[in-house]
Amino acid sequence: MFKRILLAADGSGHSVRAAKKAVELAKLSGDSEITVVYVVDGQTSKEDVLHNADRTVVEEKRKMRLQPVTNLLEEAKVNFTLEKLLGEPGPEIVGFANKNDFDVVVVGSRGLNGLQEMVLGSVSHKVAKRVKAPVMIVK
Amino acid sequence: MRVGSHKNILRGVSLNTMTIKEQWFGNVKGDILAGIVVALALIPEAIAFSIIAGVDPMVGLYASFAIAVTIAFVGGRPGMISAATGAMALLMVTLVADHGLQYLLAATILTGILQILFGVFKLARFMKFIPRSVMIGFVNALAILIFMAQLEQFVGATWVMYAMVAGALAIIYLFPRITKAVPSPLVAIIVITLIAIMTSSGVKTVGDMGTLTSTLPAFLIPDIPFNLETLKIIFPYSIALAIVGLLESLLTASIVDDMTDTASDKNRESRGQGIANIVAGFFGGMAGCAMIGQSVINVKSGGRGRLSALVAGTFLMFLIIVLGNVVVQIPMAALVGVMIMVSIGTFDWSSIKGMAKTPVTDSIVMVVTTVTTVFTHDLSKGVFAGIILSAIFFVAKISKVKVTSTLDVSSERRTYFVTGQVFFASVTDLIESFDLKETAKEVVIDLTHAHVWDDSAVKAIDKIVIKLRENGTVVRLHGLNEPSSHLIDKLAVHKQEGAKLSGH
Repeated sequence: MFKRILLAADGSGHSVRAAKKAVELAKLSGDSEITVVYVVDGQTSKEDVLHNADRTVVEEKRKMRLQPVTNLLEEAKVNFTLEKLLGEPGPEIVGFANKNDFDVVVVGSRGLNGLQEMVLGSVSHKVAKRVKAPVMIVK
Repeated sequence: MRVGSHKNILRGVSLNTMTIKEQWFGNVKGDILAGIVVALALIPEAIAFSIIAGVDPMVGLYASFAIAVTIAFVGGRPGMISAATGAMALLMVTLVADHGLQYLLAATILTGILQILFGVFKLARFMKFIPRSVMIGFVNALAILIFMAQLEQFVGATWVMYAMVAGALAIIYLFPRITKAVPSPLVAIIVITLIAIMTSSGVKTVGDMGTLTSTLPAFLIPDIPFNLETLKIIFPYSIALAIVGLLESLLTASIVDDMTDTASDKNRESRGQGIANIVAGFFGGMAGCAMIGQSVINVKSGGRGRLSALVAGTFLMFLIIVLGNVVVQIPMAALVGVMIMVSIGTFDWSSIKGMAKTPVTDSIVMVVTTVTTVFTHDLSKGVFAGIILSAIFFVAKISKVKVTSTLDVSSERRTYFVTGQVFFASVTDLIESFDLKETAKEVVIDLTHAHVWDDSAVKAIDKIVIKLRENGTVVRLHGLNEPSSHLIDKLAVHKQEGAKLSGH
């Protein structure tokens, strides 16, 4: 049913909640695979490079950041691959989802209030609007 | 819009072997569009940084033009934007105030020469001696100083000024929700300028801060006496400018590397920054360096190649020549709004959020770097203070030696186990850990888990061995690693085991 699942994750609490739902979807069929995408935007690049001198350390820290999600997937024993994208989270997830053939896209909602959403913009909203595949927004 | 490239692995480092043609024309459409966006965003900053430095707006604009265009050809990080910057402007304030523009131009040229030397002697690798907490403190201090420089614009200002700044900030942060095609700071400047002109509010404008001429920069040799006196005046400024410029440029280069997943040539970038500053100095511009904010804007807007910096520089100059008489009417309030945004964007907020997790000493180094800079108004002094403090903390941390001992009663032999780094900072603790009035017949000092680093360490071991022998104890050193035993062989005065000291 849902064999090719795209999970947008950044290691935060809402992405862990999304990961749990993605696992439930994956368990519906035996041979499903989850692709975890982590989008590194300009601000994250800036902070990570400022705080860690070495590029290998930066990449390692990012893997550690995603561990709440990857550990969960490992424990659930589902097949998954990790994909790093560079740029704005919204458009990058949309582009990646539409370029590849996914059965479902799972994304967490940050639960921003009105003002935050006005300034920061809603990633999940963009994904729901522009991705061609079915989208599950996890609150 | 990914540029085709193939990577070589050399000494474990992934090197980008993009051809010159790819670096220039691998991404023409993206580079031209991003270059135009960057040029629009550069104008307010170049003017505002000139005002911080205390020079006419043209000095910053000429610098931004000359540096951006030169670096497009000679830089080591395609896609990075260099121009007049706040970090550099803050360093030249007193030079301009005390000696004037001509000395600034001369200092700019000398800065370039020093940076070329840094590049030639490959000093980029010494960047690793600057701890991350110092870099974070540097960035935070820069943000605070840019913010503080705006406050003087509010002195004696009316409510109109405050309202305009608030309006500018609202546009800057909310306009991107409507479209990101046009940089929101530019929209803020246009809107606030229109309001100011239409209401003839009489607020301070860019024109009040200095003259703006719609002419191309011309080659000029700075009008200064060429003697030792001049060198004495400009050299301290140039060295500070050279270091701070490279610091920010190499940090920015690493950020662009990460954002584009490509590698850059840091030594070529150092030389390129130097060449760009020399060109800027001869064409009436102030010293500059790479800009984190503008480079991020460039990459986000699709800029990847050298063409983006060239377009940014030339389009900026074109705009100034065409629109010079409009630019002078920009209210200072709009520029202050843009600069407040720049300072908020520069400040590393994650260093505050993550403070609970960061080691306390790292946080102290960061805060000391920031505070020193803010009080001295000198980024190089802040960095220096931070490095020294980090070194002291590091020495304090590794100077903890652990000494344990066991006594074998039957053979009357005591064994000391020394764990840690034995060097000048740890020898006092080391000596105090020994009972120098030992009654056992034999003492073994086991240094298997220790490293003997310097002359002080050898002298301390000498002292322990000699004092113990004074009581007639036989002393043996055991388990020295090769560098340690080599050092002891070379420097120690206590001969080998059992030897009597002369004079005793």
